[in-house]
Amino acid sequence: MTVALPKWLVRASWYAMLCSLAVPFVFPLIWMISASFKGPAEIFATPPTLVPETMRWSNFVEVFDHQPFARQYFNSLYIAALVSGLTLFFSSLAGYALARIRFAGSILVLVLLISALLMPDEVTIIPNFFLMRELGFMNTHAPLILLPVFGSQGVLATFLMRQYFMSLPRELEEAAYMDGLSRFAVWWRIALPLSRPALAAVGIITFLNSWNLFLEPLVFINDVSLFTLPLALSNFSDGYGLPLWHLQLAATSLAVIPTLIVYVAAQRQIVESFALSGVKG
Amino acid sequence: MATLTNSQTTKVSARSPSLSLGRREALTGWLFVSPILAGFLIFFLGPLVAVIGYSATEWNLLSREVTFVGLDNYTHALTENDTFWTVLGNSLIFAVGLVPLNMALALALALSMSAPFAGRVVFRTIFFAPVVTSAVAWAIVWKFLLQGETGTVNQLLAVVGIDGPNWLRHPDWAMVAVIVTRVFKTVGLNMILYLAALQAIPRDYIEAASLEGASRWQIFRSIIWPLLAPTTLVIMVITVVGSLKVFDHIFLMTGGGPENGTLVLAFYIYQQAFEFFSIGFASALAVIMFLLAVVLTAVQLRLKGGL
Repeated sequence: MTVALPKWLVRASWYAMLCSLAVPFVFPLIWMISASFKGPAEIFATPPTLVPETMRWSNFVEVFDHQPFARQYFNSLYIAALVSGLTLFFSSLAGYALARIRFAGSILVLVLLISALLMPDEVTIIPNFFLMRELGFMNTHAPLILLPVFGSQGVLATFLMRQYFMSLPRELEEAAYMDGLSRFAVWWRIALPLSRPALAAVGIITFLNSWNLFLEPLVFINDVSLFTLPLALSNFSDGYGLPLWHLQLAATSLAVIPTLIVYVAAQRQIVESFALSGVKG
Repeated sequence: MATLTNSQTTKVSARSPSLSLGRREALTGWLFVSPILAGFLIFFLGPLVAVIGYSATEWNLLSREVTFVGLDNYTHALTENDTFWTVLGNSLIFAVGLVPLNMALALALALSMSAPFAGRVVFRTIFFAPVVTSAVAWAIVWKFLLQGETGTVNQLLAVVGIDGPNWLRHPDWAMVAVIVTRVFKTVGLNMILYLAALQAIPRDYIEAASLEGASRWQIFRSIIWPLLAPTTLVIMVITVVGSLKVFDHIFLMTGGGPENGTLVLAFYIYQQAFEFFSIGFASALAVIMFLLAVVLTAVQLRLKGGL
């Protein structure tokens, strides 16, 4: 760059580079939406068409005929909401105790929990399979709720909350405590309202993790009407086991687009949540 | 750790007058952690002990016979079973291919996003979008795009005269395709972590260096890169352990094929346990995965210097 290039040229090549880099990130999503409007023939047309010749809205209707898709959508939504709520409650309670309350063994608890922090679910999935079978939870949603809330995801949430509580000034809580509030009340009325950023971060990450969970539904759920979205999306084939691409992509669009809309609307908040989890975790 | 101990000492002096108060305090502490701790014991620690026990048995779910075989499953995996070494090799290739590519691209993207320009937020939003997209959706769409002759990627390549392979069924290209599409899926997260670290670097350092006449490369090499080192370490361990966990992406894109060419450890555990029902052998594989994860986590804690 010793010779000064015209400024517009530098700018133009900068944007050209970024745009071409962006292609593999957005193109699949655009193509997915385009293909979900195509029929089984046009989907493989040469040359490929970006805008479908005829908009087959019927794909989106057939998705619901092929599987109980509305039911599966609801399953994913309520499980993710429940998992997030329970995780926020239990992990902020435990995280608060580990950050603020002095008790014998607190460091042992912390070290124990940290051992599960990065552990892949595959390590414990086999015994958990037998445990859930003993408890009569096979082919129910209980494993999809219990394992994320109390497994490595819950531990990560606890750890993040603990780190956040540690960073808060303790004077306010001390004063309330001296005034006779119980520990529980101090946590609920003073500490929690001060930790909205951390709660939002943990809530967003937990919701997305549950929403995208695949291994556990695959292992624990057999009944199509109990499927969650990731499992439902992988289950589009005809009677001969051949993929029904147009329906599968229509269903995938239906599952992904709402997430993307929420993401674009709240992208600053969501991106910051992930930044927090990585920096602290 | 240091901060924790300090704050505890202050705490003690503040409320030492009554012993029963301290005891109540401890009780409250245990009460608060008990749900998470109980869940941890039931759904993590218990299963972890159990899986080590299972790994010492010959146990097929169909025959329902369980016999104690000691370390046989491990010796079988390590000495007799060629697939195990293929799988371990695949996991290694996957990690070695994914981690540097992911981190280099993440750093490049973060550097280009660190200075303000028109449209920066748009690009940041785009590069991060796959992170919030479900892995299943991402795998399905890329599988569709990467099909043989009718795949969109090959149709586009044909326009410029390149005859693309059947990516996901080709013994050499399947792994490449799986790695590259996984990088696109996850690189946004590492970009964000790098970006956060870059924004924490004081502007003065860089301004002073450029006033001294340092080139952009020199500034990067001797100021930015050293200051990013802790972040680089964290990202590296997260990405390495993350690559160990990859299951759904490969399960859906290649099914482990062609000829076990993309069968990685996480997938092999699932396959042995829930498709072939060899619980004993699958448990031994799970223990091996546990040990790998422990080593990697220990390395991270070591390098970060404790908590």
